[in-house]
Amino acid sequence: MIKSIYNWIDERLDITPMWRDVADHEVPEHVNPAHHFSAFVYCFGGLTFFITVIQILSGMFLTMYYVPDIINAYASVDYLQSKVAFGGIVRGMHHWGASLVIVMMFLHTLRVFFTGSYKAPREMNWVVGMLIFFIMLGLGFTGYLLPWDNKAYYATKVGIQIADSVPIAGPYIKQLMQGGDIVGAQTLTRFFAIHVFFLPGALLAMLAAHFIMIRKQGISGPL
Amino acid sequence: MAASSKGNEKVVYVGDSRIRKGTSPNIPADYSAFPGKSEAFIPNFLLKEWMVGVVVLVGLLVLTIAEPAPLGYPADPLNAAFIPMPDWYFLFLYQLLKYPYVSQDYLVLGTVGVPGIAFGALMLAPFLDTGKERRFYRRPIASSLMILSLIAIVYLTKVSWDFYTHELRLTNTIPEHKLREEKAREAAEKGQERPNPMKKEKPAALVDADDPATAILKKAQCITCHAADLQGQAGIPALAGVGDRLTKEEIAEIVTNGRNNMPSFKEQLSTAEIDQVATWLAKQKAVQ
Repeated sequence: MIKSIYNWIDERLDITPMWRDVADHEVPEHVNPAHHFSAFVYCFGGLTFFITVIQILSGMFLTMYYVPDIINAYASVDYLQSKVAFGGIVRGMHHWGASLVIVMMFLHTLRVFFTGSYKAPREMNWVVGMLIFFIMLGLGFTGYLLPWDNKAYYATKVGIQIADSVPIAGPYIKQLMQGGDIVGAQTLTRFFAIHVFFLPGALLAMLAAHFIMIRKQGISGPL
Repeated sequence: MAASSKGNEKVVYVGDSRIRKGTSPNIPADYSAFPGKSEAFIPNFLLKEWMVGVVVLVGLLVLTIAEPAPLGYPADPLNAAFIPMPDWYFLFLYQLLKYPYVSQDYLVLGTVGVPGIAFGALMLAPFLDTGKERRFYRRPIASSLMILSLIAIVYLTKVSWDFYTHELRLTNTIPEHKLREEKAREAAEKGQERPNPMKKEKPAALVDADDPATAILKKAQCITCHAADLQGQAGIPALAGVGDRLTKEEIAEIVTNGRNNMPSFKEQLSTAEIDQVATWLAKQKAVQ
C-alpha cells in the first residue's frame, strides 16, 4: 500500500535520487567516532543542529502561552512555568538549550578552524556558518527580553545603549530595535517578531545553504 | 546520442533547459579515495550520531529538572538599584567596554573597532589564511591568533562574572530569580498560596501614626527613600506593614548595618533611637 503510493509519486516526480543521495553518501572513517574516539569533535555540528531543532520545537510550544505585551508577558511566562503541565520543562529546555546551542556552535567553529576545513573550496560555507553564528547571537539577545523581568529589561536597555553609541548607524539601529523613545511596549513586540519570525526565517535559509554546500562539496578529508 | 559524444561544435544542455552542460562538474571526492572504513550516512552513521545526541538530550533534561529556568520580578523601569547583566555569552563584549582606550572618548574602538576587526577577521578567515596547509600546528599565525582570542574571551568573561558576584556581595543583593524561588518555597512550606509578583498588595495603614518614633524617621531621612507615607517607592520596600515581614530584632539589625542598597544608620542614630524606631516599625502590621 505505502509502497504503491511511493511508486506512484516516484513515477511522477522522481524523488528517489533526492533522498538516496542524502542517505547513501559515504561517511569516511576519519570522522566516525566509532572508529576513532577523537572523531567526536566532528559531532558538534550535528549536535548544534539537533539542539536547534529542540529550540524550534520548544519555542513553538512556548508561543502557545506566551503573550507579547508588557502587561501580560511576565504573567504569561510565570503561568506557563508554574501552572501549565510540563511548562517548566519546556521553558527550561528552551532556556538552557539557548546556552547549549551557543556552546555547541562555538565548539563546532573551533573544530572547523583548527582542522583547517574552511580552506578552498569551502570558503563560502565558512562565511555562511559565521552568519549562522551571528543569527544565533541575535536570537539569544532578542529572546532574553521576552520574559520581561528586571534582568531582561535592563540587559536590553544596556544592549540598546551600546548599539546607540555606534557612530552614524547607532541611532538608527536603536530606533529599529526600540521602536520608540524608551524600552517599552514597542520594543517587546519588535523583539518578539524578530525572535520568532525574522531571525528563525533567516536561520533556516542559512542552514539550508550550509547543508546543501556540505552535501555538494563533501566533508573535508583527513589531516 | 552518438552525436553528443563526438561533436566538438555540438552544445550539450542540461536536461531540456538552456543551461550548458559544464565540462568539469563539481563532484565531491569519491570516498573510496579516503583510506579505511567508510559507511552509509543513513542508517549506519546517523544511528551512531543519534546515540551521541541522546546523551546530550538526557544531559539537557537533567539540567532542566535540576535547575528551573530563572525568572525574576516584573520589569520595573524605575528600579534604579538593579544591576544590569547580559547573558553569559555576551559578557566578554560587555567587559571589554569597561577598559580605558575602548570606552569613554574611545568608545568607538570598543563597540566597532575591536569587535569589528575580531569578528571581521574570523568571518574572512578563509580569505586571510589562504595556504594549502590544514594542520593547525603548521599554521602558526592563524592558530596563535585564535588561541589568544580564546584566552581573552575566557579571561574577560571570568572578570566580568567575578565583578558581578562582587557587586552582589557589596550591595548584599540576592539575584531576583533566586529570591523569588526562595519566597515560593517558603510559601509552599507554610502551605500558603504561591506569592504572585503581579498582584500589588493593598497598602497597609500605619499603626500609631503619631508615635514619637516617627520624628526619628524624619530626622534620619528614612522618608526620602521609603516615601513620606512610608509606602515605599520604585524598588524600595514599604515600611507600612513591615511588621508582618520582619521582627523587631531584624529591623534593628537592618537599620544598624544596612541591607541591599540601604546604608547603615549607626552613625546617625543612637542605639536607643534605633531601638525606638524598630519597636514602632515592628508594630506596623497590616493584620492586627
